[in-house]
Amino acid sequence: MSLSASGVLTTEYLKEIGKYPSEERMKQGPVAVCECVEKIPCNPCESSCPFHAITIGENISELPCVTWGKCTGCGSCIPACSGLAVFVLNKSYSDEVGSVAFPYEYNYTFQVGDVVGAADRSGKRVCDGVIKRIVNTKKADRTTVVTLEVPIAFVDEVRSIYRERRS
Amino acid sequence: MRVESHPVLGKLEEAPMVTITVDGKELKARKGEMILAALLANGIIVNRYTRKRHEPRGLFCGIGQCTDCMMTVNGIPNVRTCITPVEDGMKIEVQDGLGVWRDEN
Amino acid sequence: MSAAIEAASAGVKVLVIDANEKAGGQLFKQIHKFFGSSMHRAGVRGIDIGRELLEKCEELGVEIWLDSLAIGIYDNLRVAVDRKTGFNEHKMILVEPKKIVIATGASENAVRFPGWTLPGVMGAGAAQTMINFHRVLPGKKVLTIGSGNVGLIVSYQLMQAGAEIEGIVEALPKINGYAVHASKLTREGIPIYTGYTVLEAHGKERVSEAVIAKVNPDWSTIPGTEKTIEVDTIAIAAGLKPLTGLAHMAGCQLTFDRFLGGWAPIHNEHMETTVPGIYIAGDSTGVEEANTAIEEGKLAGTAIAASLGYLDEKEADALQEAAWERLKGLREGAHGAERTQAKEHQLHAYAEYMERRGEVG
Repeated sequence: MSLSASGVLTTEYLKEIGKYPSEERMKQGPVAVCECVEKIPCNPCESSCPFHAITIGENISELPCVTWGKCTGCGSCIPACSGLAVFVLNKSYSDEVGSVAFPYEYNYTFQVGDVVGAADRSGKRVCDGVIKRIVNTKKADRTTVVTLEVPIAFVDEVRSIYRERRS
Repeated sequence: MRVESHPVLGKLEEAPMVTITVDGKELKARKGEMILAALLANGIIVNRYTRKRHEPRGLFCGIGQCTDCMMTVNGIPNVRTCITPVEDGMKIEVQDGLGVWRDEN
Repeated sequence: MSAAIEAASAGVKVLVIDANEKAGGQLFKQIHKFFGSSMHRAGVRGIDIGRELLEKCEELGVEIWLDSLAIGIYDNLRVAVDRKTGFNEHKMILVEPKKIVIATGASENAVRFPGWTLPGVMGAGAAQTMINFHRVLPGKKVLTIGSGNVGLIVSYQLMQAGAEIEGIVEALPKINGYAVHASKLTREGIPIYTGYTVLEAHGKERVSEAVIAKVNPDWSTIPGTEKTIEVDTIAIAAGLKPLTGLAHMAGCQLTFDRFLGGWAPIHNEHMETTVPGIYIAGDSTGVEEANTAIEEGKLAGTAIAASLGYLDEKEADALQEAAWERLKGLREGAHGAERTQAKEHQLHAYAEYMERRGEVG
């Protein structure tokens, strides 16, 4: 199913349109990916980047473009995105594990070190993950940024914490 | 049910409480909140029954436009509870049909 | 509010009449960060923008009457106001301003199906008002009807408030709102049923289940595709329509445009309607976003200040031009083309109407 029919984006599509960092880049260290593929008049991600690694330009409806070489993976853009669509991926730890940092705006009880279910873009539980960091800066304005360590094969898929559903 | 803690709005601030009665039953409400909110916090969702078919009605628009949440308050029928704040000692009744005016004094 | 601020900054004496217990319209229910240009408060939550506007009004000495309903506009811009003074107590007041801005917003559309009147079936905006403003949960197991931005955002906010979204039903074969709003929900496992409609709701004193089914391209339902979902709440997000009562009654000319939510008053580039002295801004002249409403308010506010002699023409022109430039930016992108065209159509309709009237009169 397409994004417009399901609401679920795929890594393949992001790669196809050139909005996904290379394996090589992810192995070098953390890097931001803007999963924003639809024109929206919006540009806080661009102005939030201290390294000018995200470009939108004069017309604020253009898609954000990350310059992988300039991005340090600092994650300032994660809570800046009103659409909660920016993630920081890292495959540099080892050959076994990597991490995904994502925005989280729900009440939570988990703590650093906890093992939680990790969900992909469709909410499906794909693996377990370990909470590495929970950051709540004043600038992030009540958008928590959670960093989850997951098996390296799932870094491209994990985008949230698995939510137990009754139905 | 009240939204006690919220990731963006934070903890629900303490508020002085008042007592209202709903169909004779005493309930606590936050001072100044809308009657409808106090009822929802206490799990009450039916505000009135329609005149002809006696069907239940409850919150629909929440901003005083649709009149589905009308109840009899202090003997006055057709009070839009979503935009009427509680007062201590208020007598609230689930309204049947168009309701009847009553002198509470 | 934004019209009031612009006019008051220039020195105009401003009175805001608001039917609600708090001024600022729907901003105090918008707890999410707004899209837009970071030069103009994008990335800031609606509630905080509302708070800033209120503070600014206070600073400028704008008078605000709450719980006050403007029930009619009569000849020579006289406004009748019904002021609530206590439980079941009202007072009628006649206000005689030099200029009027109508910014009455919009109201929710309903979807009718057997069972739609059951308690627990409500507008999505009503659910949002309950959780974010009154801080009570209207229910715990919610089905949302409509996948426009309102349906998606309210579903997300219901989850933030502690409810479970059982699903989102969309009759179109595609999601109507922004994909990023949809993705926030899908990664939490919320099913979005595109190409489905709600057939009926069951329940006695409250809705207890909803039956949904697939629809054909001609909107008829496909037998055998019914699915029953256990819910205690159905939130209807089927779009908004401008609240035009006051403007219509005052004699403002309206046009119909489906991309703006239906009938809405036409106006010139200063937001002045076909009734001289009556201006309009925000959703009441076509349903759009909060950020476009704020810009339209600025246009009306500066135009009024200029016409009353509080702002010299050059200065006013520059402010207006900047606001139009921002509006142009905000009306770009995936959902902007239709809106841009519809708003241009309103300007043309105004020009045509005034010309015609000039010929007759």
